[in-house]
Amino acid sequence: MRQRAALYAAVAAGGFRRYATYGTATAAGVFTNTVFGFILAYTYIALWDERPGLGGYDQAQALTFVWVSQSLLAAGSLIGGGFQEEMQERIRTGDIAVDLYRPADLQAWWLAADLGRAGFQLLGRGVVPLLAGALAFPLALPVDPVRWLLFLVSVVLALVVGFAVRYLVGLSAFWLMDGTGVNMMAVVVTIFFSGMLLPLTVFPGGFGEFVRTLPWAAMLQVPLDVLLGKNAGAGGAAGALGFQACWALVLLGLGRLVQSAATRKVVVQGG
Amino acid sequence: MAEAVAEAGAGVAPGAPEVPGVPGAPEVPERSRALEGVRGYGLIVAMWIRSTMTYRTSFFLATFGNATVQLLDFVAIYIMFSHVEALGGFSLPEIALLYGSCSASLGLADLLLGNTDRIGVRVRDGSLDTMLVRPVPLLAQVAADRFALRRLGRIVQGLGVLGWAVWALDVAWTPGKVLLVPVMILAGAAIFAAVMLAGAAFQFVAGDAAEVQNSFTYGGNTMLQYPPTVFGKDLLRGVTFIVPLAFVNWLPALHVLGRPDPLGLPGWVGYLSPLVAFVAFLPASLAWRAGVRSYRSTGS
Repeated sequence: MRQRAALYAAVAAGGFRRYATYGTATAAGVFTNTVFGFILAYTYIALWDERPGLGGYDQAQALTFVWVSQSLLAAGSLIGGGFQEEMQERIRTGDIAVDLYRPADLQAWWLAADLGRAGFQLLGRGVVPLLAGALAFPLALPVDPVRWLLFLVSVVLALVVGFAVRYLVGLSAFWLMDGTGVNMMAVVVTIFFSGMLLPLTVFPGGFGEFVRTLPWAAMLQVPLDVLLGKNAGAGGAAGALGFQACWALVLLGLGRLVQSAATRKVVVQGG
Repeated sequence: MAEAVAEAGAGVAPGAPEVPGVPGAPEVPERSRALEGVRGYGLIVAMWIRSTMTYRTSFFLATFGNATVQLLDFVAIYIMFSHVEALGGFSLPEIALLYGSCSASLGLADLLLGNTDRIGVRVRDGSLDTMLVRPVPLLAQVAADRFALRRLGRIVQGLGVLGWAVWALDVAWTPGKVLLVPVMILAGAAIFAAVMLAGAAFQFVAGDAAEVQNSFTYGGNTMLQYPPTVFGKDLLRGVTFIVPLAFVNWLPALHVLGRPDPLGLPGWVGYLSPLVAFVAFLPASLAWRAGVRSYRSTGS
């Protein structure tokens, strides 16, 4: 058991270091997130000027939504990127056979690697855009350390849910071989249903309520609401984290089922 | 479309690099070098299209996805308009005109040379060396690298929204305004193309910095979807006089809509986009040349 933990910790550290290598790419990414943050912030100001209190947020909260979203975007692989493309490539070339042969669990291996990557991108690509946003606009960041702690837990759960969905996307390559199309559709769905496009609370009526129950809400909308204190009281925050944890378990379980179906059909060529 | 191809071709000619380490290579006149570039570009593009079509389901999904992912931005605007009557003083059809035109422009530029941003990866993994020794101008190869036909999706949805905007708008159409719409799209594509070229050149210096160029192209596109009145004056000055993104669609569209420019520029400025596109290519191609000259291989 301890050996296992040490193994996955090493894989995660590897994921972290791997992305930390590319300093220029990280700096360029920070630049992009900041530029997008500014553009979206202006549009949100225009929108919230017209309709103060839209979606239950005041303007400062809406701006916080923009900037924290930009900070979480790379870590959550919300607009593409992440391990699934690499995994699909390994499935297509057959390298996945080597992965399956390793004395480690395939899903846990990728989860560890992806969390390592996300950990780096949370720091490397998250902190600076948020600081830039906080300097340029009045944000509604909480001062209560407990709220930040809850937010951190919520972010970790969001990353696991995001991983679980992308793992399913990655596994689809066992049947489709080329993942470009599925990846694209996955990005479309994620952008729309995570709250990245617009806060899910702004979505109209019953449709809005529906999208807030989907797993994608757990990837961005829920952590932001935890940070903004939208789930008042300890019960509210626990409910939000529970919602994320449920989706994480369901989707990881589904990933295992699909994985066992997929590995049954793997035929390793060669001799 | 044909004009835009010529546009990309025009970009090929000045950027065609001297093949290093081939002394005594026959002097090719500039004219045929351009033709050779376009031909090489066409061949590589055809190769990538054949390769894409191997996985047909994936291609259709990706094209559909490409259109949808873009259209989501418009869906966001549409949802916003379920709560408000106007954004920055602009109505939904007016914003649709902005959205549709810059989407189509970026789509076109992205289709024709969008993968120039991969040059950072090529420099990093050394595969640019292989490109340099091939008998096709480097820019043609870089522009056609992994040519992605699925980007037609973005163009089609942009033109769709634009069509709806033109139908829904209450504009007194004059021949000048009618002509300005296609000119705006093609000139806009050329401006985006110049930005992509400059971004690719920047990666020779900065390394793998594709995202910087993305923030000007995709970020610029996101900005141009919204009315200029939403943004601060400093930002408007920056994208009018430094990186001339305002000429992609803002200034022509403001003229079509008969609205004043927030910076106070006169209406005829909207017709200057093709000229601005041409002027933007000068520093971009100089930067590209300088970039190729300064290239040092990472070695084996």
